[in-house]
Amino acid sequence: MTQRNSPADGGATSVPVVSVENVRKTFESHMVLNGISISVSRGETLAVLGRSGTGKSVLLRLIIGLETPDSGSVRIHGQDIAGLTLDRMGEIRKKMGFLFQHAALYDSLTVAQNVAFPIEHHRREMASSEQRDRVRSLLAEVGMEHDLEKMPSDISGGMQKRVGLARALALEPQILLLDEPTAGLDPISSGEINDLILKLQREHQMASIVVTHDMHSARTIADRLSLLDQGNVVIEGKFEDLQQSDIEFVKEFLKQS
Amino acid sequence: MTPPFEIRELIRQLDEVGSKSLPLVALAGAAVGVVISLEARHSLTRFGAKSLFPATLVYSVVQVMGPIITGLVVSGRVGAGIGAELASMKVTEQIDAIEASAINPYRFLAATRILACILMLPLLTLAADACGLMSGWFAQSMVEPLSFHQFIESGFHGATFNAFLPPTFKTAVYGLIIGLIACFQGMRTRGGAEGVGRAATNSVVLASLFVILADVVLVKFILVVFP
Repeated sequence: MTQRNSPADGGATSVPVVSVENVRKTFESHMVLNGISISVSRGETLAVLGRSGTGKSVLLRLIIGLETPDSGSVRIHGQDIAGLTLDRMGEIRKKMGFLFQHAALYDSLTVAQNVAFPIEHHRREMASSEQRDRVRSLLAEVGMEHDLEKMPSDISGGMQKRVGLARALALEPQILLLDEPTAGLDPISSGEINDLILKLQREHQMASIVVTHDMHSARTIADRLSLLDQGNVVIEGKFEDLQQSDIEFVKEFLKQS
Repeated sequence: MTPPFEIRELIRQLDEVGSKSLPLVALAGAAVGVVISLEARHSLTRFGAKSLFPATLVYSVVQVMGPIITGLVVSGRVGAGIGAELASMKVTEQIDAIEASAINPYRFLAATRILACILMLPLLTLAADACGLMSGWFAQSMVEPLSFHQFIESGFHGATFNAFLPPTFKTAVYGLIIGLIACFQGMRTRGGAEGVGRAATNSVVLASLFVILADVVLVKFILVVFP
């Protein structure tokens, strides 16, 4: 398994690319996030852990603007995204890549067309041949270059995640948001996805937030871990910090992981 | 509608709404033509007004039955299709993925489908009218020989554009209604397979109902504006 460099070793800076401050989010009467604050800098990977239903995926959806916070702020490169128009938000989203939990590939398009979709929309200055080359190179990067013409329904869950990852990287994002990248995968596929994420991180130096239940995956790919409970951060730090914590919930979570 | 990508999606939707609905609309139009022909012939013969048969058939099909039958058939086929497709995309996060890719899903998915419905409904209505008139004439000529030329000349005698164009183009409003309702139902779906089923059903039921209600308003409007 590849070991990741700490951001201090690699060219990470301390300026937060993504900054979530005191965000609250309620669905009907259920409080999902209760004043959460996190930040991630360039070249850094933050793993967000926690039990199901603690608002981890909601946090990612808030960062990319698919949900709006009840209070608090989400800043991307210092800009508060609250109240932005769809077009202005679109400009910010072009700098972000999002891997959905179930990949969310367009089921009427082939693997290659899925990856080409954002490129065709936002890289219109590129010639068709250049766009095709870019799609091939992205799919080669995730090891899917031999399945260009397959439909999403004809490939496995792990392969769908790889294609989803290639699509998330299509616009060369500065921020990568990964929702359960290894959920539902066998240990070998999980390991391959982890290696792939590490390789991409090294090559592209993105600010990444990974939501996961998988402690092994979190340890492998993240610089920092953030453990959530009842809509807020219980502890944040390196894996060793979590191991040394006296907090009962942290001990229990590590024991069960 | 930002070219060239949305234009490609619009063309795909024109095919989906137009060409793929054509056989169904043509068949429904033909069936209605036969029914009107049989009923009208019987009634007109009773009142000694058999000579009015061609005009009765033409006006009934083109002004009344062609537009409403087209609206209802398209409500069923396209309304259910759009509602279920968008609902399925919604529950599998594909619409979120489009938005996360910095593409406006309302412009890309909804606007293209609504515009396709608006543009194709009048054309499909013309097809339904043509099939209705042909089948109505055919049903009549099986009972009592009548040349097609004679039928058309007599049926359209004294007709003006005002009598035929507004009823045909009012179906663009039906297209707007069908597209809006189906896109709204699809894109606001919640839940899994149950939500998809509900969106498809609601799209068909509401679109059909609002097409009929819109017909009431539009008929009155046309009678006032194009007397």
